[in-house]
Amino acid sequence: MFDRLSFPQPWLSLILFLIWQILSDGVSGGSVVLGLILAWLIPQVTHGFWPERPAFVKVWRMPAYILRVLKDIVIASFSVAWLILSPRNPRPAFISYPLQLDHPLAISILASTISLTPGTVSADVSDDNKTLLIHALDATSDQEVIDAIYNSYEKPLMEMFQ
Amino acid sequence: MSPLAEYAISALLIFGGAFTLVGAIGLARLPDFYTRLHGPTKATTVGVGAIMLSSVIYFSAIGEGIGISEVLITVFLLMTAPVSANMLAKAAMHIGVKTVEDTEGKPWEQ
Repeated sequence: MFDRLSFPQPWLSLILFLIWQILSDGVSGGSVVLGLILAWLIPQVTHGFWPERPAFVKVWRMPAYILRVLKDIVIASFSVAWLILSPRNPRPAFISYPLQLDHPLAISILASTISLTPGTVSADVSDDNKTLLIHALDATSDQEVIDAIYNSYEKPLMEMFQ
Repeated sequence: MSPLAEYAISALLIFGGAFTLVGAIGLARLPDFYTRLHGPTKATTVGVGAIMLSSVIYFSAIGEGIGISEVLITVFLLMTAPVSANMLAKAAMHIGVKTVEDTEGKPWEQ
């Protein structure tokens, strides 16, 4: 595993290196050396957990997606806060969401997005990566939730990962 | 520090504190385990985000440069909150935690 100096995940290594420079107070000789060691070591150790297929991601679509998710997080917080403070009881539901994405990284991004946004938490992925189990805090109908997630998150992700 | 920055910092701190409080109330008020997951993943994320933002404004206003570490903390929080919520939900389904009665649908068995 440690037999040669290679970077199997160049982007991960670069991001780790930059994050280490930001975390240590100012760029110095020591932080650069330690950053390089970490950028080499962490991808080597975690290599087995990364999907084999490399992702061809249209990175330039990412900022728009992140902005939309941040906006939704703020809106979601208000609606969840309102739901918590209002006296009526919420109508929780488990919803099986049919996945059309097939890349593992895309599925995990979608699952994280669902957990962060309006009244939904992703609970599990089926073993064949075809269905996502979602717990909705206050669902009027299953189809409504599924449509909303498909239109605002899965579609942009499908465009990003094709 | 300019009064404008002070007002902004105070407003963000109150806003963040209020949201964190609502998240905590949700933890106590909501009926079952799965609905309680929703409080910490959302309300608290915005609460901590607002407090971090006020910290960024404070340290740039007293002239110590823009704190990138606060931004990093927020990013890490946004990345870890959904993962921990997912793990909690999975563990709850595994040991078969009871859901509140009027829940539609059921957790999987697999």
